[in-house]
Amino acid sequence: MSDQPTEIVIEMKDVAVGTMRDQEELVLENVDWTVARDECWIVAGQQHSGKSDFLMMTAGLMPPAHGTYKFFGSETRIFDESRIADRLRMGFIFENAQLFPELSMAENVALPLQYHRNLPLAEAVKAVTALLEAMELKPIADVTPANLPRSWHRRAGLARALTLQPEILLLDNPLGGLDARHAQWWVRFLDALWRGHVLLGGRPMTLIATTDDLRPWRNDARRFALLKDGDFVPLGSWKQVASLDEPMVKELLSAPIGLA
Amino acid sequence: MFHIEKQWLRRAPLPRSYSNYFGRKLFLLFLTIHGIGAFALISLGVLLRKWTVAPNLMRPMIFRETARAGVKLLPMFVFVALALGFLTIGQAMAGLTHLGAAGAIQYLGSIMVIVIVRELGPLLAAVLVLARVGTANVIELGNARALGDVEALEAMGIDPVHYLVVPRVIGMTIGVFSLTVYLILGTLVSGYLFAFLQNVPLTPGQYFFQLAESLTSLDFALLAAKSLLFGFFIAIVTCYHGLAQPLRLEEVSRVAVRAVSQGIVVCVVVDALFILLYLVT
Repeated sequence: MSDQPTEIVIEMKDVAVGTMRDQEELVLENVDWTVARDECWIVAGQQHSGKSDFLMMTAGLMPPAHGTYKFFGSETRIFDESRIADRLRMGFIFENAQLFPELSMAENVALPLQYHRNLPLAEAVKAVTALLEAMELKPIADVTPANLPRSWHRRAGLARALTLQPEILLLDNPLGGLDARHAQWWVRFLDALWRGHVLLGGRPMTLIATTDDLRPWRNDARRFALLKDGDFVPLGSWKQVASLDEPMVKELLSAPIGLA
Repeated sequence: MFHIEKQWLRRAPLPRSYSNYFGRKLFLLFLTIHGIGAFALISLGVLLRKWTVAPNLMRPMIFRETARAGVKLLPMFVFVALALGFLTIGQAMAGLTHLGAAGAIQYLGSIMVIVIVRELGPLLAAVLVLARVGTANVIELGNARALGDVEALEAMGIDPVHYLVVPRVIGMTIGVFSLTVYLILGTLVSGYLFAFLQNVPLTPGQYFFQLAESLTSLDFALLAAKSLLFGFFIAIVTCYHGLAQPLRLEEVSRVAVRAVSQGIVVCVVVDALFILLYLVT
């Protein structure tokens, strides 16, 4: 074990979170949360518990309603122009991927490279070939998103978020609505990213994902938190989660109706 | 905060008196002018500051927008130019019958310059581009805003104003300017064509001489400035309504109608300012 202190990448104190439409309408209050480098956090909550708003605030897409949010030690509200370098240390994957419909899958994935590295389209697409292959998107690289199922959109969203090799990855309900094959692929791939994927030079990654179903995330090394009644409740490791007598946790751990 | 105030104003109960109604409308007008003005300054600032950012990505987008607001509208403009030339010369010949054929002929060039070059050409070009491309802008950007594309760009560290607004502003500004020139040239030619078909005894040389005599260097300068400003403001108004306020999908069509109305008002106001300039100079 190294004696070096673990670097804190995200630190929230008494943070309140509004909604993207109206930041004064609070969905979460009194969030005290610390994320160390290379941790994997799973933030669970039922639908409309504020998971997406919480993640968007964490991504700096909206400011906290109040409280202190530090990103790599610097106080952050939103990532404005002056903090573009900080912004690029974080990748964000939306639940519905948010691909641009007029661009092909490959062009969508290459967009950050084109913008931030000023690469011509052909070069940018060439540079993301390995990512497209890893996501199994190569055969559909020239297809526009409208012609593909949503599960593939989300993989393109993941590839796009990884294009600039961020240190932290935020994922909004990455397994939501996926079939078993896609869900298994995601859990395996995210696990590899967290431990250090060859695509990112073997460097481990800090992962934060939201979910409304805890079962696929079973792993003792992950850390868990719950959004409940407007509160952020850190739960600890899987063992602690499994032993909790909390009705909502039991609900999030149980099989969906009809699949039990 | 700003959009919330506006929404509250729109949702307020029906006015109990006309003074309340007009007061509310006036207040909304000031808020809209403030919003559009601020958005214009922000867009201009981003355009100038980020001119050299990602040219390999932005230039093809600017060309695409220029083609959309310019080249692709050429067939429609050729048709409008033909019709406008026929109408103007036809009305002029009909309206000036009291001067006799020879008397009417000597005013054709001046009429074309005053009606087409100074007024109708730039304004009509702007309104047509607003109707064809401006509405598409509002709907595309409104959908992008409502569906979260703006947040997706921000999450990638891409400035949404740079990526979504700047190409449209440049494209529409160049498009309106170019189409105004083509519309005026087409109308002047079709006007002569109509006169020729009507057996008006006017040679091309005489017609050209009349036009040249009526045109001053100020006409060229103001025509360029006016059409560029029309294009710029149409783009700003439509992008503002599509992008600057959080929208729901069901609000997009209503916002598109409002953007077109305000685009026309802005063009008329800019036009009125140019008439003042003509009067002063």
